[in-house]
Amino acid sequence: MTVLTLAKALNEGLRAAMDADPKVLIMGEDVGKLGGVFRVTDGLQKDFGEDRVIDTPLAESGIIGTAIGLAIRGYRPVCEIQFDGFVFPAADQIITQLAKMPLRSLGKLKLPVVVRIPCGGGIGAVEHHSESPEAYFTHTAGLRVVACSNPVDAYTMIQDAVRSDDPIVFFEPKRRYWDKADVELGAPGLPLGKAKVVRTGNDVTLLAYGPMVKTCLESAAAAEDDGRSVEVIDLRSLSPLDMGVITESVNRTGRCVVVHEAPVFTGLGGELAARISEACFFRLESPVLRVGGFSTPYPPSRLEDHYLPDLDRVLDAVDRVLAY
Amino acid sequence: MTASTTGLTAPPELVQLLTPEGERIEHPDYKIDLTAEEVKALYRDLVLVRRIDLEAVALQRQGELGLWASLLGQEAAQVGSGRALTDVDMAFPTYREHGVAWCRGVDPINLLGLFRGVNHGGWDPAEHNFHLYSIVIGTQTLHAVGYAMGIQRDGAEAATIVYFGDGATSQGDVNEAFIWASVFNAPVVFFCQNNQWAISEPLEKQSRIPLYKRASGFGFPGVRVDGNDVFACLAVTRKALADARAGQGPTMVEAFTYRMGAHTTSDDPTRYRVADELEAWKLKDPIERVKAYLFRGELADQEFFDKVEAEADALGKELRRSCLALPDPAPEALFDHVYAEPHALMADEREQYLSYLAGFER
Ligand SMILES: Cc1ncc(C[n+]2csc(CCOP(=O)(O)OP(=O)(O)O)c2C)c(N)n1
Ligand SMILES: [Mg+2]
Repeated sequence: MTVLTLAKALNEGLRAAMDADPKVLIMGEDVGKLGGVFRVTDGLQKDFGEDRVIDTPLAESGIIGTAIGLAIRGYRPVCEIQFDGFVFPAADQIITQLAKMPLRSLGKLKLPVVVRIPCGGGIGAVEHHSESPEAYFTHTAGLRVVACSNPVDAYTMIQDAVRSDDPIVFFEPKRRYWDKADVELGAPGLPLGKAKVVRTGNDVTLLAYGPMVKTCLESAAAAEDDGRSVEVIDLRSLSPLDMGVITESVNRTGRCVVVHEAPVFTGLGGELAARISEACFFRLESPVLRVGGFSTPYPPSRLEDHYLPDLDRVLDAVDRVLAY
Repeated sequence: MTASTTGLTAPPELVQLLTPEGERIEHPDYKIDLTAEEVKALYRDLVLVRRIDLEAVALQRQGELGLWASLLGQEAAQVGSGRALTDVDMAFPTYREHGVAWCRGVDPINLLGLFRGVNHGGWDPAEHNFHLYSIVIGTQTLHAVGYAMGIQRDGAEAATIVYFGDGATSQGDVNEAFIWASVFNAPVVFFCQNNQWAISEPLEKQSRIPLYKRASGFGFPGVRVDGNDVFACLAVTRKALADARAGQGPTMVEAFTYRMGAHTTSDDPTRYRVADELEAWKLKDPIERVKAYLFRGELADQEFFDKVEAEADALGKELRRSCLALPDPAPEALFDHVYAEPHALMADEREQYLSYLAGFER
């Protein structure tokens, strides 16, 4: 076991993926000497060379577009988008090309491209550096979308993502990059598409992913002090959803709250609530509630504590589902 | 065809009117006659702008700003071009144009508000003809061209200037802006501050040719100017703006300069660049050469320099005071200005959140 931060766990995972397959490439702005602005690719260019760890020109559409070309040629590019708010220049290549080209080839073409995106707020950043754009991508058929929440998962999920033959958008919770945990290097993890119960409970199910998993675990611990038994599920995969684990839990607890940083309106929570109400209708004791960002652009940092779901807002929702 | 037959290897030409030693030189295409008072005014701008920047860096270090993007080393490029603008011209900045903001009359406290995180900028772009800062690289170049197309359609005698970095030249938006400007002959000046770095990436990662040479491929003139020479930046930008106003279309100005500090206060440049480079550029300091010129020609005395210094101290102090006095926005500000017209969802969320907050007071 080694104690690693989430950023370092990703770094070790990428290193293992590059060791395992010479076709794996890393591409992005400042991923070389600097090792990425969050140091996720630290040292990789030194060890694998400039041909495999590529500092690209400053153009996101170019990063994804050329990654697609490299993938057609048999490479497995892992692209870094520096911050969530800067993925949009690449939206065309991701949505119209990356997501759809395999289908156009009737399956002859595989595009094993990973698009890594640090996401979410809570670091006091300026505009465009704190967003949660996952719903744009879960709404795009042809992409798998995953989010890691902790170092252990980060280490294995990134390797699984690189191995997958599908294009994957891989969200990394930037405010948790410095969180530490014991990671067993070389060990496999839970498969990529699986959700995980990270805390068991009987009264309410909290569904979260990425940065909000920790918030929900803290909320569950606080709720326990008030005699409430709260289960927390880390979705890990946002598209597809692991509905088996979710419905098993909600059928047991009868109550569910979905928590994400992204705006509630037409966010992933809406999809989850609808699916749960279909699958668990006769067991539900209350409507599924959602806690998330407001339907406003991400605010200036002095307001972000209001915007971001926190322990109090999660507990408030727990109270409200229990009040039914 | 080799690089030499395509002209790609021709050595870059640099417009310089004031050497790093403070010696005035002439250039056939860029005549400029500055009175002692005008030179002293430029010197004052340079010093004050540097002071604003230093104060902001200090405020960030002390936790009063979340971030700051320093303009250190780029004062001449910004003051020279900024002072070339007339009131009717419009400027579109990146996030580093504090010196241009100064020239346009934007109170620097507005810039600090953004970096402190109390708002996303918030100044009125029309008040000083200085648009909001743009953080998403290159996006503003298209806005500037569109604005210039508006000027054209209004039949107005004005021009637009848009600022961007060397890294930005790789973005699709910037290349599209070049095409639009060219095809529509828009009255716009593309002012590229080539500070040699895009965070950790040196210019070679963006371009195989000097950036100003890109312009010819798009069908308009490109000029490289010594970006640390405020006279040259002023003269070259003045001419480009005058050409634009006179209906001659776009010009690209590449101000050849150097980012003396970190990319932002979050960055650690020791990870990717050598100190030698920095030392070499220190000798080309944009302020020192104007000071040397003023001294040499006995255009200013010690009293003048002391006065500017005292003014800078006072400005720094005032900026610090007003920064610390910036109120945090009220939570309901979250929902303000998202839409111009009433919006049901905003109203709902606002009401719900305020009543949630009120629950804590009970
Ligand atoms: C679309 C986009 N991608 C990435 C970034 C992150 N980023 C901020 S500044 C920067 C480098 C910009 O370099 P340059 O254009 O040379 O301007 P400079 O910062 O040197 O003034 C990058 C990559 C961004 N702001 N926008
Ligand atoms: Mg630059």
